[in-house]
Amino acid sequence: MTVLPANPMSPRPFRILKVVRELSDTFTLLLQPETGGAFSFRPGQFNMLYVFGAGEVPISISGEPAEDRQLVHTIRSVGPVTQALGRLKAGDVVGVRGPFGTPWPVEDAFGDDLAIIAGGVGLAPLRPAIYQALANRPRFGKLIIMYGARTPQDILFRKELEKWRSRFDVNVHVTVDHATGQWAGRVGVVTKVVAKAGFDPLHTTALVCGPEVMMRYAVEALEERGVAASKVHVSMERNMKCGVGLCGHCQWGPHFVCRDGPVFRFSDVAALFPVREL
Amino acid sequence: MVQIEGLGRIIDEHPFFRGIDGKFRSLLVGCAANERLDAGQYLFRQGGHADKFYLVRAGSLQLEVHAPGRTIVVDTVDEGEIVGWSWLVEPYRWTFDARAVTLLRLVSFDAKCLRGKMEADAELGYEVLRRFVPVIGQRLAATRLRLIDIYGPGE
Ligand SMILES: Cc1cc2nc3c(=O)[nH]c(=O)nc-3n(C[C@H](O)[C@H](O)[C@H](O)COP(=O)(O)OP(=O)(O)OC[C@H]3O[C@@H](n4cnc5c(N)ncnc54)[C@H](O)[C@@H]3O)c2cc1C
Ligand code: FES
Repeated sequence: MTVLPANPMSPRPFRILKVVRELSDTFTLLLQPETGGAFSFRPGQFNMLYVFGAGEVPISISGEPAEDRQLVHTIRSVGPVTQALGRLKAGDVVGVRGPFGTPWPVEDAFGDDLAIIAGGVGLAPLRPAIYQALANRPRFGKLIIMYGARTPQDILFRKELEKWRSRFDVNVHVTVDHATGQWAGRVGVVTKVVAKAGFDPLHTTALVCGPEVMMRYAVEALEERGVAASKVHVSMERNMKCGVGLCGHCQWGPHFVCRDGPVFRFSDVAALFPVREL
Repeated sequence: MVQIEGLGRIIDEHPFFRGIDGKFRSLLVGCAANERLDAGQYLFRQGGHADKFYLVRAGSLQLEVHAPGRTIVVDTVDEGEIVGWSWLVEPYRWTFDARAVTLLRLVSFDAKCLRGKMEADAELGYEVLRRFVPVIGQRLAATRLRLIDIYGPGE
């Protein structure tokens, strides 16, 4: 259970310091509070971002949890509100409510191998957990990051992935679904990487974020390797309105994703997550 | 003899044949050879005669298809996996190019030799096919997953 901010329903103005174009349809906003003090959050939590005249959407925080003066969000433009966010420039103001929701249980994984599995823009909600894991690197066994994207051009945070890969104490596996001959990296689904990654299944905590279909198959690959469903955590997305468990908009089975999630222990939601045969 | 013992051990340790009965292993060794290929070289080309199949011992390779003006990479195959099942079904032609991404170490099996032994010994035939079917199933599931375009806009 997380502690809600003082006034969860009223947005706080944040000014855009910088917009970073990550991919053709994805960008990162660096924000600073106009009023009030520092902004702290836990990896996996999200904010409701309000664009004046367009509406409000839930977006995970993608920045460094130890940094409390700057708020970072990475957003993919898919519809009216995210497109409106994409049109904003440095100096513009957005309304922010949050942080809301359950965090990635990074600290509970101390002593285990940590397997981080991301697909597409799903790497953004996991990036704060990666920062936290790197800051506590000696407390884990293996740290394995497995990332799948559509094509080499769709690889999010590519420079950072390269930087992490160059460390001796992190294993980074990147795979794409489609590539041409210029790509020397791996082609294939991320679930295949899961099947082959060298973690110890009995002592592994897995954090999974990406499109639902990808998560289903990634969890299946983890279970096939022998990782217990209680040690697998997934981040869910549902449409939201209030963000604080009042309106019921984000109901998923018996859960409200905004309040009981977005990060769920897989064993708690497995029944809502049927694996259909492809 | 040393070479054959070495091959038997390699076959035993490779995930594809792990746990195989000793009597089948000796039959397999008779059709097997060690091979290596430098990065960038082609193991086989699309349309070519599929006269072998391979266990990848070390390194990785890409399966590629050529379309006018571009090469599309279809899959990556790594250490611990196998390449090729075109040798199993007529007309025994490769359907992809296979290019080494890194230095490759492989065990190849002569298709004619192996098919002959599988026909003569139905138990061996069943054992080999039993190991191929899940690999084909996994690759089919992976292909379908990619057809869904899971990272595309909206689900
Ligand atoms: C807890 C939580 C955290 C999230 N974190 C992020 C994040 O860090 N970055 C980010 O870019 N998005 C994130 N999202 C998704 C984001 O909230 C939606 O993309 C957004 O609400 C879409 O609003 P819209 O008005 O732009 O488009 P809408 O009009 O709501 O949707 C437009 C089209 O996009 C499709 N769509 C809607 N949501 C998604 C989605 N999640 N994925 C793919 N297609 C979708 C719809 O089916 C529709 O076809 C998160 C969602 C939740 C619940
Ligand atoms: S968004 Fe209102 S209950 Fe979750």
